[in-house]
Amino acid sequence: MKYAIIQKEGLSKWLEHLKSRARLYAPRKKENSFVFRPVRDISEVCLEYIPTILPPKKYYFPQKEKLLKFSVRPFKTAKAIDVFEEYILFGVHTCDIAGIQCMDVVFRDSPEDPNYLNRKDKMTIIGIECLNYCDKFANCASMGNHNPRGGYDLMLTDLGKSFIIHINSEKGEGLVTGLGYIREAKESEVSLLEQIREEKKKVFKEELGDALPVVYDAFDRGFNSKVWQNVGKRCVACGNCTAVCPTCYCFDVVDEMELSLNEGIRYRIWNYCQMDDFAKVAGGEDFRHGRDGRQKHRYYRKFKYSVDKYNRYFCTGCGRCTRTCMAQINLVDTVNALLNEGITYRTKRHKL
Amino acid sequence: MIDREILLEKMKTSPYKPMRGKIIETKMLTDKEKFFRIELEGKINLAHEPGQFVMVSIFGYAEAPISICSSPTDKGFFDLTVRNVGTLTNAMHKLDKGDTIGIRGPFGRGFPIDNMFGYDLVIVAGGLGIVPLRSLIRYVMSQRNDFGYVQILLGCKTPKDFLFWQETNEWMKRAEIKSNCTVDMADPDWKGNVGLITTLIPGVDINPARTYAVVVGPPIMYKFVIKELLKKTIPDHQIIVSLERRMRCGLGKCGHCQIEGKYVCQSGPVFTYHELRDFKGECHEKTS
Repeated sequence: MKYAIIQKEGLSKWLEHLKSRARLYAPRKKENSFVFRPVRDISEVCLEYIPTILPPKKYYFPQKEKLLKFSVRPFKTAKAIDVFEEYILFGVHTCDIAGIQCMDVVFRDSPEDPNYLNRKDKMTIIGIECLNYCDKFANCASMGNHNPRGGYDLMLTDLGKSFIIHINSEKGEGLVTGLGYIREAKESEVSLLEQIREEKKKVFKEELGDALPVVYDAFDRGFNSKVWQNVGKRCVACGNCTAVCPTCYCFDVVDEMELSLNEGIRYRIWNYCQMDDFAKVAGGEDFRHGRDGRQKHRYYRKFKYSVDKYNRYFCTGCGRCTRTCMAQINLVDTVNALLNEGITYRTKRHKL
Repeated sequence: MIDREILLEKMKTSPYKPMRGKIIETKMLTDKEKFFRIELEGKINLAHEPGQFVMVSIFGYAEAPISICSSPTDKGFFDLTVRNVGTLTNAMHKLDKGDTIGIRGPFGRGFPIDNMFGYDLVIVAGGLGIVPLRSLIRYVMSQRNDFGYVQILLGCKTPKDFLFWQETNEWMKRAEIKSNCTVDMADPDWKGNVGLITTLIPGVDINPARTYAVVVGPPIMYKFVIKELLKKTIPDHQIIVSLERRMRCGLGKCGHCQIEGKYVCQSGPVFTYHELRDFKGECHEKTS
């Protein structure tokens, strides 16, 4: 089976079923925003949401994660996590699925990271396709992430009264077969999906001023651009943009001792390149000085360095960094400013 | 795409798990620098390249990257020299013979010794730079035939700060090796040169096409030394440096050591000037 149909009335029954199969995480409302949370009450699940405060990365790359248990005397280390539990991420936007794919590339790159891989191994992803923009901050069309591009087990698309489910893996198929309220999709329903995708083209337009290769070139040339000074002047170095980014994975390693001061646990915790001590060594030298340099670094990690290293843009277009910024630093505006500089540069060179 | 079976096998062992290292000898080299000789569990060899580093663990204080200062030809143990300057190094200074530390590694790319075979060497060590360079010098000493004319230039703030002074005298005894010393601020007993390390370079005899220059020192030193070496027309890819960065994992993940698209813990810490030259600005330090 490649496509299945579930009527909207059947959704809560299905969620109950999923909940019985594994730990279920889904978006729900929290004040004026949305968050991914373990599902206790099915009625809380909200599928019409703007990107959650934190991306689902908090489940596969936890903010504070045990690396190992140790004892000082005698010198001993042991695994900190014995069993990784099965879990289902329900209602993930395509931008966040792209984020998971980016993280996969990083943590699968040799030497592999077993903590991440173990968690990823237990993950089932059920996505939901966006048919409209979440808000004005997203740039998913430019990044090519507004349409499903794999990386999930099941993908839901709203057909009005029902959802059509794209079955992308065996694991996913196991979650839709043998249920009275989910049936195989008819040809007409699959062509309706194609029609919807066609309609989407009218809604989603590239948000950045130019195509990605041109953006890459602008970054390649823009290292000493005034754009960074401007961004640096406004930045308050709170680190929010990096905390909410689905592809930011920098971390610190810390030890926490038990009261005995003999046993303890080594953790890795999220760390942000926006913090002023991020690149500082014990001797006092700071290799990335100033907020301009640090903001520039964040942008380059999304639009250039990751392309050089992994052949992949690490911006998913979710818009979280812009949405959360206390200083109203806007990703689309920043990239466009850099592109515009490129135009001036190109015209100038042309005149010469 | 990685084979799933291989992946599952790799998921069982953690690269974050340190090996047990026993301290078998310690020595205060100066007021601030302490020398440690370490034996791994089962006396296995670290099998490192000169110029690589290890992540040293002291439980309760997490980890720090430390240069290995012995040669892979020194079997059954390896050496570290640590300046008391941060939380972990402070805790490490309190350890002595018989104590245990955790070791992960070796990590990174060492000095390109295979390429350096048959070449003359100019080794420039400023301050603590002698620590990673000792791994290279000891290697060169034990494989002396493989290299040409070897010159070592040493620089320190004051005569008290020289590390491995006795060893340096031994290196000096060997006819092929010249060791010049200089100090920024001399004391009355000092009979050697006075001045910055850069002042030594114009005087050394270099056959540029056949010479590798290896430079390690405080970040501020590099640009001045490299400039002098370039005046001697040594090709860019024959000037070798080693960079210090904050590091948390050694696995190319944690992000701290990144210079543009490169992770120093994996692509470095050793770079050629040829590679360094293409970095746009992140190589330059600022002291706060």
